[in-house]
Amino acid sequence: MSRALAPVIAASVVALAVSGCSTIGSGSDGDATDGASGADKPSRVVLVTHDSFVLPKPLIKQFEQESGYDLVVRATGDAGILTNKLVLTKDDPLGDVAFGVDNTFASRALDEGVFAAYDAPLPAGAEDYRLPGDDDHALTPVDNGNVCVNVDDTWFADHDLAEPETLDDLADPAYKNLFVLPGAATSSPGMAFLLTTIAAYGEDGWQDYWTKLMDNGAKLTAGWSDAYEVDFTQGGGKGDRPIVLSYDSSPAFTVSGGRSTTSALLDTCFRQVEYAGVLAGAANPDGAEQLVDFLLSPDVQAALPESMYVFPVDPSVELPQEWAKFAEQPTDPYAVDPAEVSANRDDWLREWSDITSR
Amino acid sequence: MTTPMTTPMSRALTLAGLAAVPLAVLGVFFVLPVSGMVSEGFVVDGRFDPGGVLEVLGRPRVHRVLWFTVWSSTVATLVAVLLGLPAAHLLHRRRFPGQRVLRSLLLVPFVLPTVVVGVAFRELIGEAGPLGFLGLDGSAAAIVAGLVFFNVAVVIRAVGAAWESLDPRPAEAAAALGASPVQVLRTVTLPALRPAIVSAASVVFLFCATAFGVVLTLGGLRYSSVETEIYLLTTNLLDLQAAAALSILQLLAITGLLVVTGRLRAVPDPALSRSTARPPRPSPGDWPGVVTTALVLLLVGTPLAALVTGSLRVGDTWSLANYRALGGEGDQQALLVPVGDALVTSLRTAVDATWMSLSLGVLVAVVVTRRSRSRTERRVRGLLDGLFMLPLGVSAVTLGFGFLITLDRPPLDLRDSLLLVPIAQALVALPLVVRTLVPVLGGIDDRQRQAAASLGAGPLRTFATVDLPAMWRPLTAAAGFAFAVSLGEFGATSFLAREDHPTLPIVIFRLIGHPGAMNYGMALAASVVLAATTAAVMLAVDRLRVSSVGAF
Repeated sequence: MSRALAPVIAASVVALAVSGCSTIGSGSDGDATDGASGADKPSRVVLVTHDSFVLPKPLIKQFEQESGYDLVVRATGDAGILTNKLVLTKDDPLGDVAFGVDNTFASRALDEGVFAAYDAPLPAGAEDYRLPGDDDHALTPVDNGNVCVNVDDTWFADHDLAEPETLDDLADPAYKNLFVLPGAATSSPGMAFLLTTIAAYGEDGWQDYWTKLMDNGAKLTAGWSDAYEVDFTQGGGKGDRPIVLSYDSSPAFTVSGGRSTTSALLDTCFRQVEYAGVLAGAANPDGAEQLVDFLLSPDVQAALPESMYVFPVDPSVELPQEWAKFAEQPTDPYAVDPAEVSANRDDWLREWSDITSR
Repeated sequence: MTTPMTTPMSRALTLAGLAAVPLAVLGVFFVLPVSGMVSEGFVVDGRFDPGGVLEVLGRPRVHRVLWFTVWSSTVATLVAVLLGLPAAHLLHRRRFPGQRVLRSLLLVPFVLPTVVVGVAFRELIGEAGPLGFLGLDGSAAAIVAGLVFFNVAVVIRAVGAAWESLDPRPAEAAAALGASPVQVLRTVTLPALRPAIVSAASVVFLFCATAFGVVLTLGGLRYSSVETEIYLLTTNLLDLQAAAALSILQLLAITGLLVVTGRLRAVPDPALSRSTARPPRPSPGDWPGVVTTALVLLLVGTPLAALVTGSLRVGDTWSLANYRALGGEGDQQALLVPVGDALVTSLRTAVDATWMSLSLGVLVAVVVTRRSRSRTERRVRGLLDGLFMLPLGVSAVTLGFGFLITLDRPPLDLRDSLLLVPIAQALVALPLVVRTLVPVLGGIDDRQRQAAASLGAGPLRTFATVDLPAMWRPLTAAAGFAFAVSLGEFGATSFLAREDHPTLPIVIFRLIGHPGAMNYGMALAASVVLAATTAAVMLAVDRLRVSSVGAF
């Protein structure tokens, strides 16, 4: 009998041993005690954001010292998931501030009344990035970046082929089977490129363009990393396609020997702007407003390129050396009215799926 | 509780008592969130309006998507079973050096993030890859291969555990009476293994049917499954009506599957005797097992080898720089936390998820395998059995959004709780645990328990002397599964994880999603670290189980 009990004893020993190294046993839930104690003044401010959000730790400490609030960051999913989470929980918000809703999703959040009005003082020059249609100034632009077609300069030099420059070039048989891009339904840069073509060819013309593009051997992947890291000639996996959809900042990451081996085609760009806003029904509106202001402060703006791979909205901020040298921004990127995007996203994506999976 | 004169009333109470905890957990963390999310689709502008949902079900696109899901999952399940059975025989019924290492290696795919596996696969089969000439990139064959890659270990491990416990004497007797090896397999071994095989196959089917990343990445956007549709509809379009329609479709399909497998699993006279014989060394007659194991190793090993190679390349030279970079936060800050920290978070979460799913799983397995005295009782037990499979078949997105909208107020104000991640992972692992335990518990002759009871053993004593010894091997196998599921889980975790404590798959996902050659190399290196940790843990579990089995 005692032998039969051995596994029971062994199991309990194991259970005891492991409970010391579990998340529950370790008491690492320092901030899990919510506002449940019913303190009169909130002690923390909760930021809801997407999983690309990251800021240097010293900056977060600086905010906590200046504001007197602990900063709790809840980061999950991408901009689409973030927006939909905010919409679904608008009656009982997940936090005080949201950061990361972009200009392709912002209208949905505004229409649903997710944000409370807060007119943060913008740095000079940042007015340009305001969301068209946001007359109450519920959303504050924090950063921007352009989705642009990138080319491998070394490949084109080696093959004695002139680099493409325009959207039309991409459908030119000279560039057959050279372009790889993430799809619009599964990737945010992919969606931005669909919007580029809608802005360029009109609501009734983009379908033709995409037919030509697909006939010319454009290759679709699920996400950005599949296109850039596997199929692009300058990506990690050394693929065989020298034209890829990426960002205006990407050339700053392919520098070798003092020059970049890739460049962005500045006539093929769509501008993405990311916004911050105070959530309607926030438990700590004061902390929320301070956090929005903080995101616009010169220190945070200067940290954006290296932390989140985006450009600041404050044009006076100095960029990192390689960005200043190799990451050129388009002067006149394509744009689609956010309200239009919100109203037509469903139809456009359905049409796009039909054309590309033919 | 159980005395020789058990009344129907007290039996019902015992059943209810044992089932109460698992049912409560399932109710709060599964039924409530999923029904909350689905009902969003039925209520339009505050009115109940099922018309929209029904309209979606009539769309040709939905039919196409459903058809693809069914056939691709069926094919992948068949391939996984065909490859897995001979491999299970070799790895669990034969004895040779390096066996344990192989067994733990085969579980590695289970924990690798799909995004990394997708990249590794596509580097092999892509246009520029060494296998590019096969033209597999973006094909349905690539999707099936990916699904088999992830799931073949389920068959090997679950069936292998049952095979180990199988009494070899009936097969030996048949052989002595002149049956050929094929006849022995067909008439003795396979029938005895059927419950385990059907169990493993149904789990694999559910994993395949709800696979998300594999379908998108390897299918090049040409194929949609029910799961990818729900993801798109919920996260991008916020079309909750259509998402609800597809979720209901998922639930119906799974229920159908469970009814069918429940029938197939049922064995008229289950009798399991534990084998204590030391397994023999492989003989020439074991060639089918050797060949398929080699095939499985090739399928699993090639992408893994590509991963390791990639992680050791910096530019055009070999280097350990990617691994060294994992220690700090990296100068480009793409690393959220040092990989060591993320690994510790992952392991801690996995420990929690494992004990949660094991304790729930044992309760469920005990409840559903006790011999029923009436038809109603048998129905109830069968229903419970199926109920706990459901979490595998429902989209992680539906569950994740459901958590947000239903667990937001007292007494269930849990959406910010640290427990949510391990609980969600435990729910995913629970069906695996149950499916590994049930065939063994169901195979115990109830007369053993009756004998123990009549000799004066209480229910706990009976459990410890009759059930637990038989359960010990599958229990460790299940623990390994649960641990691996938790280590690699990405869908629910990414939805729920908190920035300050990201798990390793989340760190990897972030690394690979940003430009910079170094980030790419580091993502591969971090994946290798995750894979190596998993293999080491599995190896340790394997050892633990062998030494304790020696006590009997």
